[in-house]
Amino acid sequence: MKLITAVVKPHRLDEIKEALQAFGVHGLTVTEASGYGRQRGHTEVYRGAEYTVDLVPKIRIEILVDDADADQLIEVVVKAARTGKIGDGKVWSLPVDTAVRVRTGERGPDAL
Amino acid sequence: MAPAIITLAADAPKLDTGSTAFILISAALVMVMTPGLAFFYGGMVRVKSALNMLMMSFISLGIITILWTLYGFSFAFDSGNGFLGGTDWLGMRDIGIAELWPGYGIPVYVFAVFQLMFAVITPALISGALADRVKFTAWSLFIALWATVVYFPVAHWVWASDGWLFKKGVIDFAGGTAVHINAGAAALGVILVIGKRNGFKKDPMRPHNLPLVMLGCGLLWFGWFGFNAGSWLGSDGVAAVAFINTQIATAAAMLGWLLYERLRHGSFTTLGAASGAVAGLVAITPSCGSVSPLGAIAVGVIAGVACAAAVGLKYRFNYDDSLDVVGVHMVGGIVGSLLIGFFATGGVGQTAKGVFYGGGWHQLGLQFIGVGSVLGYSLVCAAILAKLIDVTMGFRVTDDEEVTGVDQVLHAETAYDFAGVGSRSAASVPAGSSSDAAASKKVDA
Repeated sequence: MKLITAVVKPHRLDEIKEALQAFGVHGLTVTEASGYGRQRGHTEVYRGAEYTVDLVPKIRIEILVDDADADQLIEVVVKAARTGKIGDGKVWSLPVDTAVRVRTGERGPDAL
Repeated sequence: MAPAIITLAADAPKLDTGSTAFILISAALVMVMTPGLAFFYGGMVRVKSALNMLMMSFISLGIITILWTLYGFSFAFDSGNGFLGGTDWLGMRDIGIAELWPGYGIPVYVFAVFQLMFAVITPALISGALADRVKFTAWSLFIALWATVVYFPVAHWVWASDGWLFKKGVIDFAGGTAVHINAGAAALGVILVIGKRNGFKKDPMRPHNLPLVMLGCGLLWFGWFGFNAGSWLGSDGVAAVAFINTQIATAAAMLGWLLYERLRHGSFTTLGAASGAVAGLVAITPSCGSVSPLGAIAVGVIAGVACAAAVGLKYRFNYDDSLDVVGVHMVGGIVGSLLIGFFATGGVGQTAKGVFYGGGWHQLGLQFIGVGSVLGYSLVCAAILAKLIDVTMGFRVTDDEEVTGVDQVLHAETAYDFAGVGSRSAASVPAGSSSDAAASKKVDA
């Protein structure tokens, strides 16, 4: 199994969800995150005082998948998340030892 | 004062039900400005002190109302000498229900409750300069002392028929000197004593909730019609001019501030719109009964631009006027009070004429006296009171508590529970039954 993690622009979430549903993914976890890459932050002005805001709002999507589907799923996420502008984010995968469905106790790929 | 004689005099005004109804409603409008101010300020602070900022205004509704009843109204408006009122109305005991405010068609009680709302909001205005860093008990004591030593006497100077500034002919229709310069100068006096927030000019301290600021600004704008038009103490054409001037100057000031910051900093900001509106409301406060609608546009634009420029001064001169009480209220009050000397038409509520209407420099000179005396008195008294509180009980929280956030430390609350995670229910941790109790026992607020 693999854990696919994507840190992307918040407004791409709906496209990514739809693409994943079309691909047959039945579950995912989304968290609000903040950070920066090459995009860096931006400047805000309050009553003339400038503030540099380093951390930009992002969302982090986590999906557990079977090894066989991992590469294709990464492609799906990347395609749905891309706007072509700086700050589109990153997607990566990690190997996962095991997973348990809490309700039934099923383990491994059966738990997905 | 001998009001009974006045009601018996043949040519004395009779009870005017229209005016009475209007001033009672105006009092309620001015009351809602204090919660409005609480939100205006509350949205501007960081999330960890939002509740404290709200409470600093709300506590004024509690404390000042009681002081006003006990002695504030008497010291401010009973006839006494030029500097302080008398003692006949202590405890509001000897006011007859039918007794009319001398020279007007409204009962004394109506005047008393209308002015009460002014006494409440004025100390609350100061709170914005002290954001994030003062003990709640010290603040509460400060506003009680400041109202007693500064606000009640100054209201007498400016508005009572035997007040020395009133008798001189200084014009302050609704509180440019008595409310705004008074509060702004006090704010400056206190912050010069207690010092800056930790991280001032270093850490980002951006507003945590601008929609709340806009809501507060809207409530202030709404309530201000009572503040200004109601100050005529009657419902007639002058009240209407004061009302419409309030709207016009506020609109002009909002546009002025927005244009200034667009040219200077590149954007039309939400906070700029709210700040500009308040600057206009402040500046038209003393002048709404003196200027024409076109004059109100001038007052508004000048105030909007002047205040937008003035809020930057704190960085240059290194004083932490956290939410720009000095930059908006003191500067706006000065602008509005002095512009009377130029734009007073002599044909609205007051007969005095300004420079542009053939009145010469006389009125401007009087306005300078009003501005200077209130500003100086309030600044010095506030600084002394702050110093007294600071050396006895301490005005500020500790650095640790300031960094943690005064909401938690002083009020044992958090403004926003975003996730509902991380706090056990009270039932699972009965107070005093575990070792937590000692740790959570709060330090002296």
